[in-house]
Amino acid sequence: MNPSAAVLAMSSTEVDLAPVAVGQQVVVKWRGHPLFVRHRTPKEIAEAKAVAVSDLPDPVARNANLPDNAPATDANREIKPEWLILVGVCTHLGCTPTAFEGDYGGWLCHCHGSQYDTAGRIRKGPAPQNLAVPPHSFLSNTRIKVG
Amino acid sequence: MSGQSTYTPKSGLEKWIDQRLPLPRLMHDTMTTFPTPRNLNIWYTFGGILTFCLGVQIITGIVLAMHYVANADLAFDSVESIMRDVNYGWLIRYIHSTGASMFFLAVYIHMFRGLYYGSYKAPRELIWIIGVLIYVLMMATAFFGYVLPWGQMSFWGATVITSLFSSIDQIVPHLGTAITTWLWGGFAVDDATLNRFFSLHYLLPFIIAGVVGLHIWALHVPGNNNPLGIDVKSPQDTVPFHPYYTVKDAFYLCCFVFVFAVFVFFAPDFFGNPDNAIKANPLVTPPDIVPEWYLLPFYAMLRSIPQKLLGVLVLVGSLVTLIFIPWLDTSRVRSCRFRPLMKQFFWAFGVDCLLLGYCGSQSVDAVAFGIPLVWAARLGTLYYFAYFWVIMPIVGLIETPKKLPASIAQSVLGEPAAAPAE
Amino acid sequence: MMRIVFPLGLAMGLLASAPTLALDTTRLPEKDVQFSFDGPFGTYDQAALQRGFQVYKEVCSACHSLDHVAFHDLDEPGGLGFTEAQAKAIAAGYKIPADPNDKGDIVDDKGNRLTRPGILADKFPPPYPNEEAARANNDGNLPPDLSMVVKAREGGAHYVYSIVTGFHMTPPKGFTVTSGKYYNPYFEGWNIGMPPPLVANAVTYSDGTKATVEQEAHDVATFLTWASDPKMEERKRIGFGALVFLVALAGLLFMSYRKVWADLH
Repeated sequence: MNPSAAVLAMSSTEVDLAPVAVGQQVVVKWRGHPLFVRHRTPKEIAEAKAVAVSDLPDPVARNANLPDNAPATDANREIKPEWLILVGVCTHLGCTPTAFEGDYGGWLCHCHGSQYDTAGRIRKGPAPQNLAVPPHSFLSNTRIKVG
Repeated sequence: MSGQSTYTPKSGLEKWIDQRLPLPRLMHDTMTTFPTPRNLNIWYTFGGILTFCLGVQIITGIVLAMHYVANADLAFDSVESIMRDVNYGWLIRYIHSTGASMFFLAVYIHMFRGLYYGSYKAPRELIWIIGVLIYVLMMATAFFGYVLPWGQMSFWGATVITSLFSSIDQIVPHLGTAITTWLWGGFAVDDATLNRFFSLHYLLPFIIAGVVGLHIWALHVPGNNNPLGIDVKSPQDTVPFHPYYTVKDAFYLCCFVFVFAVFVFFAPDFFGNPDNAIKANPLVTPPDIVPEWYLLPFYAMLRSIPQKLLGVLVLVGSLVTLIFIPWLDTSRVRSCRFRPLMKQFFWAFGVDCLLLGYCGSQSVDAVAFGIPLVWAARLGTLYYFAYFWVIMPIVGLIETPKKLPASIAQSVLGEPAAAPAE
Repeated sequence: MMRIVFPLGLAMGLLASAPTLALDTTRLPEKDVQFSFDGPFGTYDQAALQRGFQVYKEVCSACHSLDHVAFHDLDEPGGLGFTEAQAKAIAAGYKIPADPNDKGDIVDDKGNRLTRPGILADKFPPPYPNEEAARANNDGNLPPDLSMVVKAREGGAHYVYSIVTGFHMTPPKGFTVTSGKYYNPYFEGWNIGMPPPLVANAVTYSDGTKATVEQEAHDVATFLTWASDPKMEERKRIGFGALVFLVALAGLLFMSYRKVWADLH
């Protein structure tokens, strides 16, 4: 009854990062969900690093590559600082947030107004958790494997 | 009461069969001559009604399965095709969906009857426990069945409930997630999940039928309890099942079917949720995820506990508690007719279940009269557990029961010097 | 205890001091309007169904699909009252993506999808080939399929009627309409993605009925109720017979019950 080979084959996606310019985001499908692949600018990285974890509504990293209680520092939200890989499902009721919108420059979910910052962490609105970081790894500098 | 069979085969054919497979003998002993207390009331007809409901669900389910497609891309459309194109498909589908609600309505009345009249007490403990097993199997069957139309509520209800297993991670790390993945057959509720739920939904009713057989067999050893809760003392206390209870059950079954028909033909979507008329969408979560009405009290108990694992344990505990009732109730008197104090707590328990059901139907942050409903649900959960673990043991010991009648016959026929039954 | 009292007190203090409270944008209850199909004896008004179909066809179908309705449903009993010939003619007016031709082509030389006229067995074709195209043509909004919308909304036909007649109202002070959306207090949150769909005389009814917005809304709500529940009339008719039968059977069983038990008391 465990996931069949067909399901497992679909469970892993490789993404080519080369076409994604700095300051751009690409959305791919992963395990039936949208996946945000965002190439962050130095400004976005600096803004994310400047936030104290104690200011965050959700202080947990929500990173599948890290232990469950890892704090939501910017460093704990990605492997390479310029590549932010997130599951594009709002943790409130599952809508897909829009990139580069909202007060924090990250994402704005138009459904009920949740706002995420440039590390995909919830800052304002009804969503209870930061956007999830899926299990992923770098196959090379320009290619990642998700799942 | 099981005892000597009184069946005598009359024809040569009957003798021949009786010597090889004594089914006619079994029918005769259990459904014709079976001595049944003469004072059974309307609340005792629901066992037969439940057997009818099981039969209806199996027959309509098998016909539906001839047209239904258990595939995530096709399921919803196949149900609509049943509703629009299959000959009387709308009728078969509505009987099946309404039938599930009627099945649970009947089982709740049946269970409350058992609680009120002390039918779980010795020597009928196993009948009660087998009944709890049937109830849990019914809940599982209904849960799987509700997922099959693959509407929004089907999908998200399945997601919420199957996700509960991941709380086991807090006891054994990674075990909960492993179990959930195994249940899903994938990394989320998806096509694999739907297919296996269909398989299980088809299987469980036949397991239920087998367990119902055990339930009735266990019943026929001591025979039926009765509203007075006192044992059968002589043949004057009983009547043969046929024709007395066959005709009585038939009449009340007809009344039940009338209510059933009112819903099927004039309010077929009454028990349903509009969100389930929308195809399942993994990317859009409905604002309020609710199960069908018959699972609402348990949903309320689950949500009233803010911690995921504790909520699951409370939910499981609420069902496991039922198994222990025969030993939790310390009263030597069976029927609440003669238990003036317990009777009050019983009715309060009934109200409590309705209150929990209401809480379960509302959104998590709902407020009534300025109080968050989740607090009403917590109080309701507390009373639920207190009723079985505190009230049942204590009231049985401190209560002064009313005087029991000398016998069923005396109570019914009203001979002098008999305490009148209520 | 303090963990409850302190935040509660703080919240109450904040609320008392806040000059503006968040507006409750719960949708208004549905408008009170009568439909011919209301109640246990209600039936579909065939003329209203046909007018409503015309509204769907000429206004709504530009953006909204009707996925579960087939052309052969248009001539079925208990429905719109079209003849088979009329239903065939309606079907033939639609272009359905064609099966591959003998050369295996499904597009013509210019890359356009090859089509064929609809037949009774076809379902109403959707206005857009997929969700992405639907969103691209509607400012990112997805117009929902209408074949089950009356069943899929709390309030059913009354809700649909209220929505399509609930535009052009003035929002209350303090409420800003989200850019790209329209104000409609009958929609949860008051911001709806759909522009007002109906205007007076958007259609010209062949039976001469005056096509006010209310009339068009009433007719299309009737049609959409039929689309969600085409078997309603048959269901109520059979139901009535079933209930009469059950009452009679109950009566007979009751008398048998009394007779059987009579000798016991």
